[in-house]
Amino acid sequence: MKLLDRLFRDTPLATRNEITPKLGFLLTVLLAIVWLIPFLWMGVATLRPASDGINLMAELMPSLKPTLDNIRDAWEIGDFPRYTLNTVLICTGILLVQFVTITLAGFAFARLEFAGKTPIFYLFLMQLMLVPVLLIVPNLSLVAQLGLYDTLTGVMMPFFASAFGTFLMRQAFEAIPTELEDAALIDGASLLQRIRHIYVPLSMPSFSAFAIISVTSHWNDFLWPLMVINSPDKRPLTVGLSVFTATAEGTQAWGTIAAGTLMVIAPLLITFLIFQKRFISSFVTSGIK
Amino acid sequence: MSLAEPAALPVAASAPARLHIVTRFSHRFKTSLPAYLLLLPSLVFLALFTYGAMGRVLVDALYQRATPKAPVRFVGLDNIAAVLADSAFTGAVVNNLVYAVGTAIPSIGLALLFALALSRTNAVNSALRAALFLPVLIPMVAASALFLFIFLPNVGLLDYYIGSLLPVLPNWLGDSDIALYAIMVITIWKNAGYYMLFFLAGLQAVPEDVMEAAHLDGAGPYQRLRHIIMPELKPTFLFVTVIAILNAVTQVDHVFVMTKGGPSNATNLVLFYIYQQAVEHYDIGKASAATLLTLAALMGLTALSFRTMANREDGP
Repeated sequence: MKLLDRLFRDTPLATRNEITPKLGFLLTVLLAIVWLIPFLWMGVATLRPASDGINLMAELMPSLKPTLDNIRDAWEIGDFPRYTLNTVLICTGILLVQFVTITLAGFAFARLEFAGKTPIFYLFLMQLMLVPVLLIVPNLSLVAQLGLYDTLTGVMMPFFASAFGTFLMRQAFEAIPTELEDAALIDGASLLQRIRHIYVPLSMPSFSAFAIISVTSHWNDFLWPLMVINSPDKRPLTVGLSVFTATAEGTQAWGTIAAGTLMVIAPLLITFLIFQKRFISSFVTSGIK
Repeated sequence: MSLAEPAALPVAASAPARLHIVTRFSHRFKTSLPAYLLLLPSLVFLALFTYGAMGRVLVDALYQRATPKAPVRFVGLDNIAAVLADSAFTGAVVNNLVYAVGTAIPSIGLALLFALALSRTNAVNSALRAALFLPVLIPMVAASALFLFIFLPNVGLLDYYIGSLLPVLPNWLGDSDIALYAIMVITIWKNAGYYMLFFLAGLQAVPEDVMEAAHLDGAGPYQRLRHIIMPELKPTFLFVTVIAILNAVTQVDHVFVMTKGGPSNATNLVLFYIYQQAVEHYDIGKASAATLLTLAALMGLTALSFRTMANREDGP
């Protein structure tokens, strides 16, 4: 109770004796613990030796004889280095092209007047709702027609234009004072030079916010790469993990599944724990991806 | 020169009027050209993968092949009729509605609770926020792999810890009466932390002085929530509801990993049905018809949410 009072000591005096906010807080703490249990189990099960048997698999108390066997097994059974490479290639490829498309389009909306600006703006806005995953069927046939079936480029292509990114950059560019651009204009800088040397360097926070959203969402994409990719050596992590899980589930190798899952999510979790504040603020701006 | 011009004008009055419109148009186009060039890369991909894709769905929905190798023939609305008559599709629609309501309400309710409890910034609250946010980051496939064990009959996490409290051990994913709810638990676990962020942001808009006045007037926590905080959060509620519904339609990875739509289609959702038709049955006509119906439903939602988004975006 003392601890709870200390946590609530910055609340207004009038509300400090209220019981409801404290109950709500305790409930939230309880739920936060529940929320962490799957992660806790993943960690414990990864280190649990197979000799503990299936009946102890659910035990959340860590084994006294921790082992790295599960990690080694997962590493050998699943082709995780290859999957990781593919996912990294997909995320990087998408992000690099997106940087170009959203910078140019964001600049056009922020600084240029042109005929049809409003209808084109709505064309972008609509894309926020028509998420690519809904259009997997027509997009798969297009990717096949373009000869990109079973290629990483085929996985990346539908995401090259980003309405969300365009709006984010438009907002960032609008905040930059025009005086800076005018000075460059007098010096004879071209449009692209002004974008490259004035607007882009001053909008790095927005680029990093967009990068976080883009990479986490495409790191997690599943159904689309599942449809486009056929060769095992081109699978991204998510598809690889689902195949791996389906195989290991048959042999009840839950420790190996836990280890495989850990390897898939570890890069994102570690990055999140380091850049926590930046992640949270990026996700707040994301709204609709 | 300036004196001569007015005299010269009336001579060719009729033709230049039209010419004038053309030059004005071409002038407007010329000044707009840099903007169009900048927009071109984005517009190409939007045209190919969003608007072109919608057009292709429309066309593909009207054609059918007798066998996967046979040439396509025009069948009109037959595909749509076939999809609507398919009990697997109507079942998936019903499942998806139950799933949307059953995931949106609890996850939004929990998100509000979390945000209210953790709105003040201190080290403890930040840690709790991070804990609740972790599931948002991980792939749905990874979450499914973990919950596959949690729901495992007899030896799984759930049965190991709370199984003794239940009269009979349910087969969480294998019982067609329970499986859809088990799937919903994952979605709630994964999304509540995401929606929490929007409520946390929304709570910052609640005016400090109004809250203070409420304290002075002796308003209790329920009264403050009901009369001050909730009205202020109304745009956030609308916005989060739209995202939650969108997520309910587009997130089906866990269905693929955990149940494949089974047992007996109890967990089949619309997007998974589309996937099955396209990839497992090679029935592009039916898959397109189902996509078309889903898009139509979402367009309705778009119209609704445009108003919501208009509050966030100021327009061009």
